[in-house]
Amino acid sequence: MTTTRERAPGAARPAPARLRPSVGDVIERRGLAVLRVLVIAATVLVSAGPLLYGVLLSVQPLSNVIADPLDVIPDAFDFSAYPTALGAEEDGGFGLGRFMRNSLWVALGTTALAIAFSVLGAYAAVRLRFFGRETVNGMFLGVYLLPGIVLAVPLFVLMSRIGLTGSLFGLVLIYLAQTVPVALYMLRNYFIAVPASVEEAAMIDGCNRMQLIVRVVLPMAMPGIVATGLYVFMIAWNEYLFALLFLVQDRERWTVALGIAQLTEFSVPATVLMAGSIAITVPIVAGFFLAQRMLISGLTVGAEKG
Amino acid sequence: MTALSTPPAPGRAPRGARPGGRARQEDIQGRLLVSPTVVVVGLVVLLPFLAVVVLAFQDLRLIDIPRITPADLEVTFDNFATVLSSAGFWTALRTTVVYATATTLGAIVAGVAVALALRRPFPGRGLVRGLVLVPYVLPVVAAATIWRTSLDTQYGVVNAFGRQVLGWEAPLAFLSSAGHEIGGVTVPLALTTVIAFEIWKTFPLAFLFVTARLQAVPGDLEEAASIDGASALQRFWYIVLPQLRGVVALLIVLRFLWSFQSFNDIYLLTGGAGGTEVLAVRVYEELITRANIGTASALGLVMTVLLSVLLVLYVRMARKEQSA
Repeated sequence: MTTTRERAPGAARPAPARLRPSVGDVIERRGLAVLRVLVIAATVLVSAGPLLYGVLLSVQPLSNVIADPLDVIPDAFDFSAYPTALGAEEDGGFGLGRFMRNSLWVALGTTALAIAFSVLGAYAAVRLRFFGRETVNGMFLGVYLLPGIVLAVPLFVLMSRIGLTGSLFGLVLIYLAQTVPVALYMLRNYFIAVPASVEEAAMIDGCNRMQLIVRVVLPMAMPGIVATGLYVFMIAWNEYLFALLFLVQDRERWTVALGIAQLTEFSVPATVLMAGSIAITVPIVAGFFLAQRMLISGLTVGAEKG
Repeated sequence: MTALSTPPAPGRAPRGARPGGRARQEDIQGRLLVSPTVVVVGLVVLLPFLAVVVLAFQDLRLIDIPRITPADLEVTFDNFATVLSSAGFWTALRTTVVYATATTLGAIVAGVAVALALRRPFPGRGLVRGLVLVPYVLPVVAAATIWRTSLDTQYGVVNAFGRQVLGWEAPLAFLSSAGHEIGGVTVPLALTTVIAFEIWKTFPLAFLFVTARLQAVPGDLEEAASIDGASALQRFWYIVLPQLRGVVALLIVLRFLWSFQSFNDIYLLTGGAGGTEVLAVRVYEELITRANIGTASALGLVMTVLLSVLLVLYVRMARKEQSA
């Protein structure tokens, strides 16, 4: 950190103080170096520790966990907690496989609609001058700031009144409204990067507005769309409050977040709970790696073509 | 929504367009393209918010819902009187402020510390950076379940460690104890646990923001200071930290607004027990447990007003700063 700075632009002036660092300096530097190592070690432990603990617990017999909770390293592997967590109730499982299917539909539906809506909206916000543009640009802030729990009260009343409680479509609608403004805001930044000259050329070639968006803007903003889609998917997959409010009576339609949370209320073995928690984490982590690859490839493709 | 019914503004023609031609076309197309978003947000966010304002002034229970008609609505201020006069509200407000303040500061301090520690390259830095994001990416339900298990009084690893290694006489009820005496000081144990959880869950975001900002700090400034004999701590204090002011201010606002309305994390960990009943959990209790729509709405409205006041204060401060 404190190597000699002879090559630095301001080094023409002699700096005799650097030659003999004071004792205080040395102590400070050593102290900071030690502190840095400690912070890094603590970060690794704190960040990865809980997930690792969950994984280790999920692959050992429950009797091990109860006999010696401190010994988290499994002596014997036992993967039976996973089929127990995922299996249907008729087969003695806890139905997590079905909850995952429900969540997948909800999350995919929300993502598809949110991307469609926000692509159109973001394009308009970036490229078109229309009345009310500023209102739309500011709208996302309002949605962002209104507490979900406050909106939950009237939505609960409304949904019970029109009979949409117990329906996954109601959830999609709510997740859509909560994610579209932020998705629109995220996409705007990517769309700004698409050069207007390309669009003008396409317009001259006879593209109409929709063709322009689908054929020109969309491919160029693909990395941004993937990132935004992943963000929406994660929100919809993880959401708990509205699922709790609307679906708690309807075990057939529980989502993963609601399912795991409800199972902790029953006396479900800790190993099965851990297996369930890990199982619902996997799609998110997989999505992350997948998107990371797509993001990088999207960027490099552009670079190759110069 | 008003955007759809107002005529296009005249005299706003973009550069080089035929007056009325392309500008008008852009105006119509722009409105059409944003209309799906506007409709869905209007229906699911704006309309319900108006409904909260109306419901807050009604004497309504959940069982009344199937039978109510607009004709039944009458204005009453009883809900606000009930909400504001209950001791539980003021306790919850204090808990919320403590929770939001502690989690905001904790997440930012941790985020800055980790960002600084990972600032210069070392073998394995990429891996550590990836691991930092784990708490943030983990679904909150999975994270809360893992924490609950590890803190369990019977088979949790934390209590096992405490009893076998640290010599605790009895397991600690991390998720339900409102006050636990440690060395003569009473610690609100459950509240401390939910604060620690939220800091753990959100410091990666602060880390990402600060790391991005650190990459933009010009290196020659620090180099020059180093040549002039500034120590590492002085360089951090006088050069790096002032550069982080903007991003830290933004993080304080975002984190505070978020944690002020936090429901999931607390409800999943403690269910609001052990002195962790924040305002959001209280709204839920009013709605579901007490089935009182009126007081739930009134409480929600009070929460929103508090948040708005905080936001206005921030915007004013930011403006002052800019003009100064």
